[in-house]
Amino acid sequence: MSAEHSEQSEQVEGLPDSCKNLIARLRGRFPGAVGEATTLRQCADELTVRVAREQIVEVCHFLKTDPQLAFDYLSDLSGVDYPDREKRFEVVYHLYSIPQGHRVRLKVQVAEGEAVPTVTGVWRTADWHEREAYDLLGIPFEGHPDLRRILLPDDWKGHPLRKEYPLAGYDGD
Amino acid sequence: METKELILNMGPQHPSTHGVLRLILSLNGETIVHSVPDIGYLHRGIEKLAENRTYLQFLPITDRLDYIAAFPNNLAYCQTVEKLMGLEVPPRAQYIRVILTELNRISSHLVWLATHALDIGAMTVFLYCFRERETILDLFEMATGARMTFSFFRFGGVADDLPREFIPKAREFLEAFPACIADYEALLTKNRIWLARTRNVAVISAEDGINLGMSGPSLRGSGVKWDIRRAAPYAIYDQLDFEIPVGQNGDVYDRYLVRVEEMRQSSRIVRQCLDRIPEGEIRAQVPRAIKPPAGEAYSCVESPKGELGFYIVSDGSERPYRLKVRAPSFVNLESLPVMMKGGLVADVIAAIGSIDIVLGEVDR
Amino acid sequence: MGIVEHRFGENVLTTSIDNLVNWARKSALWPMTFGLACCAIEMMASGAARYDFDRFGVIFRATPRQSDVMIVAGTVTKKMASVLRKVYDQMPEPRWVIAMGSCATSGGAFKTYSVIQGVDKIVPVDVFVPGCPPRPEALMYGVLKLQEKIQQEKFLRK
Ligand code: SF4
Repeated sequence: MSAEHSEQSEQVEGLPDSCKNLIARLRGRFPGAVGEATTLRQCADELTVRVAREQIVEVCHFLKTDPQLAFDYLSDLSGVDYPDREKRFEVVYHLYSIPQGHRVRLKVQVAEGEAVPTVTGVWRTADWHEREAYDLLGIPFEGHPDLRRILLPDDWKGHPLRKEYPLAGYDGD
Repeated sequence: METKELILNMGPQHPSTHGVLRLILSLNGETIVHSVPDIGYLHRGIEKLAENRTYLQFLPITDRLDYIAAFPNNLAYCQTVEKLMGLEVPPRAQYIRVILTELNRISSHLVWLATHALDIGAMTVFLYCFRERETILDLFEMATGARMTFSFFRFGGVADDLPREFIPKAREFLEAFPACIADYEALLTKNRIWLARTRNVAVISAEDGINLGMSGPSLRGSGVKWDIRRAAPYAIYDQLDFEIPVGQNGDVYDRYLVRVEEMRQSSRIVRQCLDRIPEGEIRAQVPRAIKPPAGEAYSCVESPKGELGFYIVSDGSERPYRLKVRAPSFVNLESLPVMMKGGLVADVIAAIGSIDIVLGEVDR
Repeated sequence: MGIVEHRFGENVLTTSIDNLVNWARKSALWPMTFGLACCAIEMMASGAARYDFDRFGVIFRATPRQSDVMIVAGTVTKKMASVLRKVYDQMPEPRWVIAMGSCATSGGAFKTYSVIQGVDKIVPVDVFVPGCPPRPEALMYGVLKLQEKIQQEKFLRK
């Protein structure tokens, strides 16, 4: 992750102040676990921070409990499939703070077969979101209380949001 | 006496589950020990479909997410794509969007009130609400040509200007509507049966609600004053005057009061917009082929159900690389087991009604 | 008709059994509310104040055991299919099916892995109503068509 680090410091330059503050706090607390930070055209609400998979729970817990950051609301959790990458999946967390009114997006990279530690202990709402990511993309979540399919029937084969899965399914019906 | 836990299956074909929701209830006598929602009976693969459609082709599909309120879906989707592309929407288009979206909030709440009241046994309210809803649908039809599935907003604006008769007709409706709300309230708000069925039923605290990701009127019923129209104003909401009603107890009754008040506030918003709508362009200059630059964006609106957001990852092609719908109904439904724990079987339908879910959005 | 003319008192009609039975059946079509998706909202609107389906003797029932016609209003997914069939099997004979909207007819906009491409793959359909969603008027027309169809059925030689 260190190679990525050098390049990021430039990225951070253009960011709004609120984002810089957030990144600084995060990096100060978790040196090494917090990677590249990017945003879309300097929008403060599009801040994206990469986080190491092993430490996602601690990072989330910190973001939630830190009084300045106070991300008490997990607005969304989803998975994205990049079959060409070495680590195939990306789990994306959208966090929001109701008292502070700011947003951040966390990203965790995970290879096929690897599990992501569950954040259900931080926000209970993660339960269904993680089940959905498991159902549609086949990303397992470690420590999840009840990890089973949520939308598709239990005996379904495959994970439809993976890129190789055909839109009409395998039985062509 | 020794008792045994009874497992009761409710749905997916049940008149009061508002669509194809299935609940598996464990009962001890009449008390709910434990409940497990089973969803996915309307999973249509919309997110996969998005990856196989162009940006514009996907627009009509967004209508079919929360089909009771299609304008907020259109709006959230268009906003996200506009954010990706850096498009500015001209003011007149913004006003048109807000007018239609707020009218849609009223019509959505009317469907909610109609079905919720019907479930609890108030037939008249159902007929009244659908009557007013038809008047709103007439307005929509006048403006867009459709009653429910509009696909009317475009990237950078709206598809067409409002017809000339729209504004007088809308004013006519807004004149008549307060009396209608008063009628519903006369039938319900102090009705003893209604109070008995809704007060202190399916209570959820603000803390639990936030932890469970609830949003919209369902969360505001528990006293959390959070409305995206205020907290992160989009379109022209920062220029409009309206209140955010909140409840106190977080029960079915408070959620009912919040939504009824929201209908009044939405009428207020529409009235302001009708007074102030400027002349001008209705669409920005947009390239013919919609190809947002590679990148990602999340944008959300306050839909009648709560935080409705789209997360789009673009790879620079004409199709989204990944599109995720942050559906408020899906997340709100997650809180149902918490609300119902320890309650009575008969209150299940009141609880379901009070969180106002749409299965098209839950299952996607 | 010559033989029976003037043989009975007033207020007596003559007709065939087929006609009588079919008339009775078509005039009280009780549909089961099988609301699945968007189309179901239009189905509800058909039953509500403005369109007032009761005029046709169409009264929505919540249970399959009391109904003669199933209006499949919405997208049928693979997960739902077996439930739909089970509900259909619970309806007493004679029974009819109206497929409302393009999803129930053909899968509509959703040619995806989870959607059944037309409810006629699961249950026999009598009337297809196109539209996405069909207006209440269209559903009404579909019901009238079904009534026409019922009127032509042969009750005794089935
Ligand atoms: S036909 Fe259209 S309106 Fe009806 S259920 Fe399908 S998508 Fe919804």
